[in-house]
Amino acid sequence: MSAHADTHEEHGHHHKETFITKYIFSLDHKMIAKQYLITGTIMGIIGIMMSIMFRMQIAWPEQPNVLFEALLGKWAPDGVMDADIYLALVTIHGTIMVFFVLTAGLSGTFSNLLIPLQIGARDMASGFLNMVSYWLFFLSSVIMVLSLFVEAGPAAAGWTIYPPLSALPMAQGGSGAGMTLWLVSMAIFIASSLLGSLNYVVTVLNLRTKGMSMTRLPLTIWAFFITAVIGIISFPVLLSAALLLIMDRSFGTSFFLSDIFIQGEVLHYQGGSPVLFEHLFWFLGHPEVYIVLLPALGITSEIIATNSRKPIFGYRAMIASILAIAFLSTIVWGHHMFVSGMNPFLGSVFTFTTLLIAIPSAVKAFNYITTLWKGNLQMNPAMLFSIGLVSTFITGGLTGIILGDSALDINVHDTYFVVAHFHLVMGISALYGMFAGIYHWYPKMFGRMLNKNLGYIHFWVTAICAYGVFFPMHFIGMAGLPRRYYTNSNFPLFDDLADVNVVITLFAIVGGAFQLVFLYNFFSSIFYGKKAEKNPWKSNTLEWTTPVEHVHGNWPGEIPHVHRWAYDYSKPGHDVDFVPQNVPLKDGEEELQH
Amino acid sequence: MTALLTIIILVFILIAIWQMVKIFDLAQAKNENSQIATDKDNTLNGYLMMGFLAFIYIITIVCVVKWGDLPLLSNSASAHGPTIDNLMAISLVIIFLVQIITQFLLHYFAFKYKGEKGRTALFFADNNKLEAIWTIIPVIVLAGLIIYGLNTWINIMGVDESDDPIVVELYAQQFNWKARYAGADNTLGKANVRLIDIDKANILGLDEADPNAQDDIITTELHLPVGKPVLFKMRSQDVLHSAYMPHFRAQMNCVPGMITQFGFTPTVTTEEMRQTPEIIEKVQNINNIRVEKSEALIAKGEDALERYEFDYLLLCNKICGTSHYNMQMKIIVETQEEYDAWIKEQKEFKNSLIN
Repeated sequence: MSAHADTHEEHGHHHKETFITKYIFSLDHKMIAKQYLITGTIMGIIGIMMSIMFRMQIAWPEQPNVLFEALLGKWAPDGVMDADIYLALVTIHGTIMVFFVLTAGLSGTFSNLLIPLQIGARDMASGFLNMVSYWLFFLSSVIMVLSLFVEAGPAAAGWTIYPPLSALPMAQGGSGAGMTLWLVSMAIFIASSLLGSLNYVVTVLNLRTKGMSMTRLPLTIWAFFITAVIGIISFPVLLSAALLLIMDRSFGTSFFLSDIFIQGEVLHYQGGSPVLFEHLFWFLGHPEVYIVLLPALGITSEIIATNSRKPIFGYRAMIASILAIAFLSTIVWGHHMFVSGMNPFLGSVFTFTTLLIAIPSAVKAFNYITTLWKGNLQMNPAMLFSIGLVSTFITGGLTGIILGDSALDINVHDTYFVVAHFHLVMGISALYGMFAGIYHWYPKMFGRMLNKNLGYIHFWVTAICAYGVFFPMHFIGMAGLPRRYYTNSNFPLFDDLADVNVVITLFAIVGGAFQLVFLYNFFSSIFYGKKAEKNPWKSNTLEWTTPVEHVHGNWPGEIPHVHRWAYDYSKPGHDVDFVPQNVPLKDGEEELQH
Repeated sequence: MTALLTIIILVFILIAIWQMVKIFDLAQAKNENSQIATDKDNTLNGYLMMGFLAFIYIITIVCVVKWGDLPLLSNSASAHGPTIDNLMAISLVIIFLVQIITQFLLHYFAFKYKGEKGRTALFFADNNKLEAIWTIIPVIVLAGLIIYGLNTWINIMGVDESDDPIVVELYAQQFNWKARYAGADNTLGKANVRLIDIDKANILGLDEADPNAQDDIITTELHLPVGKPVLFKMRSQDVLHSAYMPHFRAQMNCVPGMITQFGFTPTVTTEEMRQTPEIIEKVQNINNIRVEKSEALIAKGEDALERYEFDYLLLCNKICGTSHYNMQMKIIVETQEEYDAWIKEQKEFKNSLIN
C-alpha cells in the first residue's frame, strides 16, 4: 500500500496534465466517473424522449403529431407514426435505459467515483483498463445511436431480441443492418462492462486502506462489489448468445433457428431452438435486473443512514441480503419463460426460487424503514429520492409475487402488468437511486452544490408522475392488454381502456418534461452552483476527508487509516452526531459488534 | 370529454408546481444561500411525505374504483380459470395489505421524525429479534403462496390424456392464426413447414401421404364445444408468437421448430357469456365510447365505428413484427350440437387441396 502511495505522489505532482490527458483520455477514476455520468445522461435523454413519443402514439393512436413529423422524418409520413418505428422506439428505449443508463450510467459513475474514495485507495487497480472501459462504452453508445439512422430502421425486435424475429431480415425491417449494429454495439458494451467489473472487484479486494476490513465497508461498496461479481458471471453468457446470433444471421448456422417458412420460401435452418436463446438471454437478463438495482440500493443505504443521522439498521443483515439476492438472481431466469414451451416442471422450480427472492428483499425494505424510525431526518433532495426508492421498490416488488408465480403468470405474462412491475421495481427505483447519488455526491464530483429547491421540485413532480404512469398500468395489464401493441384500436374489447392510456401518457409527458429542471440544475450548477464545503452532509465515509479540489491520488498526504465502521451516527458519548471512519476509538469506546 | 379532463389535469399540475416553487421559496427566506436542508425544509418535506402517502392511497382507490372491475378476477370461461382467479385474489389481498401498511410506515416515519436542530437520533443499529420477525413472516406467507401456486400450476399444465380431449392445432404465422382440427380420427396428421406447397393450397405443410392428415380440417375461426377438454398443439412457421386467450386464462408460446401445448376445458358458451351482467355492462360501456368516437369520425367525414359485440379472442402476445398489434382470431364456444354442425360444413384437408 505505502509503496503504491509513494509512487503516486511523485507522479501526481510532477508531470503537467494536458487537456487531453485530463479531460478526455483520463486515467483518474473521478474524471472517468464524470464521463460515465454525462454519457449516461445524454443516453437517458434519448431514451426518455423515445418513451414519450411511443406513449403519445398509444394515447392518441394514428393521430398526426408535429413532434413525430419533426423527429421521425420518413418514419412518420404526414406526422403519423409508422408501426415499425413504434416497435423500434420500444426496443431502443429498453436497450438504452437498461444497459446504457442504468448499468453503465449508474454503476460506471458511482462505482468509479466511490470505490477508491470510500475504501481509501489512490485510484482503481488499473487506471488504464478503467479508461479503456469508458471508451469502449462510449464507442458502443455511438454505434447504438448511429443504428437509429439505418435505412431499413433500427432494431425492432424488443430489447430481448428473441430470434427468429431478430435473426431474419425478411421478418422485420429492423432485423437487417439495424440489428447488426445493435449486436456489435452490445458486444462492445459487454467488453466494457467486464473490464469495469473486473477492475471494481480487484480494487475492492486489494486496495482497501489500513483498518478497512470487509465488515467495515460502507454498504455502497458492498453493493458495487457484488454487482460487479454478478456482472462477471452473467454478462459473458449474453456475449455468447449475441455471438451465436451473429453466426446464425451471417454465417448460416442454426443455433436458434429451425423449420422456418417465411415470405414464400423455406429456409435451410434445422435443429436449433429459439428457447435456447431465451435461456442464454435471461441468464444475463435476470441478474441484469439486480445489476441495475443493487447499486441503487447501496446508494440508498448510505444516504438514508447519513440523512437519518442514524446507523443503518441491521448492517450484517443488509450484507447477507445482498449476497442472498445475488445468489438467487442467477437461478431464477426461467420465470421469464413460464409459457415459452419449456417443461412445466422447470417452471415449478423457477417459481420456487423466484418467490424466495422476496425474503431478502423484504428484509431490506424493513431495515430501511427501521432506519428512519426515531431518526433526525435531514430532508435533502438525495434523501427524498432514497425514500422514494424504498416506496417504488415496495410497490413494484410486491407485484413480483404475482409474476413469479407460474400459475398467475400464464394470464398476465407480456401484458402491461409486467411493464408496470419492472418499471417500478427496477426502472424507477434504479433511476431514483441514480438521482439520489447525483444529488448526494455532486459536491464531491464538481465541488459545488446543486440547488436544493429545484431538487425538491424535481423530486415531487417525478414521484407523482412515476406513480401516475405506472400504477394504472397494472390495471390495464390485468384487463389483458398485451404490451408492444402499436395501437389497441383493432380490439374493441379494450376500448374502455383508452382513457387510462391517455392519463398515463399525460403523466409521462409532465414527468419527462420536468427532467429538464434537473438537467438545468445539473449543468448550471457545474459553473454557478454554491461552492461546496468539504463534508456538506456531515458524513462518516472517507470520500469526505479528501479536499474539495480534486487531486490525482485523492489525498494530498497519507491515506487515512480506518478505525470504525461507516455508521457511527448519533453515537452516545460523542459531542457531534457523526464520527468519521478515520477517527480512532476513544479510550474505553467499544466498536459495535456488527 | 377526455380533452376537457386533460386540460383540467394539466392546469392543476401547473398550479401545483407554481405553488410548490412559492412554498419552497418562502421556506427559505432567511437562509437563502445554503443548499443543505434546513429545519423548515425538513418540516415542509415531512408534510409533503404525508401528502404523498395520501396520493398513493387515492390513486389506488381511484384505479380500483374506475378500472378495477378486474376482468381477470371473475368471469373466467374455463374449468381451471377459477383456481387461477382465486390464487390471484389471495395474492392481491396480501399485496394490498402489505402495500398499505409498509407505505404508511415509510411515509409516516419520514414525517414523524423529520429533522430538528437539537434533536438526537436514537443509536439503534441492530436487533436480532426484529430481523427474525421480518424474515420469518415473509417465509411463512411465501411458503403458503408457493405451495398453493405450484399445486395450481401442476394441475393446469398436466395434460390428462384419459379425458380424451379434442386435439386442435393452433398455427401461427405473420400475422394471422389458423386452427387445425384432427377430424374423425382425432389424430393430427404429420406436418412440417418444409412440406408447404402454396400452389396446391397446402398452407400448413401437412404430409399429403399421411392417412391421419386426410380428414384434418383447417379453419380461420376457433370453434370449441362447451364442457369438452381441448388440447392445443401449437406451431409457428416463422417467428415466435404467443397464443393468448385471456378469457380462458390460457397462454403458450408458438415456437418455430417445436410443438408446444396447452389444454383447458371451456365452460361458458359465447352466447351465455354475452348474457352475464358483467359483460352486458362492459359491452354497453364500450358501445357508448364507440358512439362518441363515431360522432367525431362522422364529423370528419369518415365512417362510423361498428357496434361492438362480445366475442372470445385469441391474441398474439409475443412481439412478432409490424402487424403484431392486429394478429387475432375469434373463438366461439358453443354447444356440442352447434359445434358438430359447424365442423360438418368445413372442408377436409384431402378435399381442400388444389391438384
